[in-house]
Amino acid sequence: MANTQSLCTSFMGQLLNGGHQFGSITLTSRTSLTAPTKDTFKAALYLVGATVNASTTAYSATNEVSSTNYTAGGEVITNANVPVATNASATAGVAYWTPSASIVYGASATPVTFAAFDAVLLYNSTQGNTAVSVHTFSSQTITAGVFTLTMPTSSTTTALLRLSTT
Amino acid sequence: MITTTKGLMDEALLDKREGTIENDNETTTWVEYWLDGELVHRSAHVALKKSMFAGLEAASLG
Repeated sequence: MANTQSLCTSFMGQLLNGGHQFGSITLTSRTSLTAPTKDTFKAALYLVGATVNASTTAYSATNEVSSTNYTAGGEVITNANVPVATNASATAGVAYWTPSASIVYGASATPVTFAAFDAVLLYNSTQGNTAVSVHTFSSQTITAGVFTLTMPTSSTTTALLRLSTT
Repeated sequence: MITTTKGLMDEALLDKREGTIENDNETTTWVEYWLDGELVHRSAHVALKKSMFAGLEAASLG
């Protein structure tokens, strides 16, 4: 047997669950310290003229899409998936998570109209609207219609959020 | 019947156009309905393919 330098895969999974705290942070109560509840995550859409990227720290309504039947802040993400942490080898661990359902804006009875937009910001609405990730796609417009955003397959290689040893 | 900028309309009265965008990042489909040269409905479905990847590394001590 040999020892191999690496972050532990279980640690990466625990990061996704808020299981470690290296520094102080102000948190909104998760009801219990020993069995905390899940946070609520939301997805907001942004116009092509917006600037959301790695520097984004929190949700902002600036340059967010707007429409009848769209509430500023976007839609709540369906989160029935538990983060997974798994090892492919002694040096290749990955932890990942993907929303468990598509995100739908508008409906046939409550359509939306969006000017050109090309990004979605995922953020933690429980913890001060703190930013999680930005995902871009081809510029779209919606006219009296519905916009559906389907998530990639939740796997070690395609999950929406993925932490991996390098 | 379909929702349009002019209210619910019979789909048969409208010119329907559809399209697809396929690349490494997404598969996107869209449908438009036009009335006398005016866009009155557009819906889109974006299916993301890619991960948002973050690498983590344990530093060497030696």
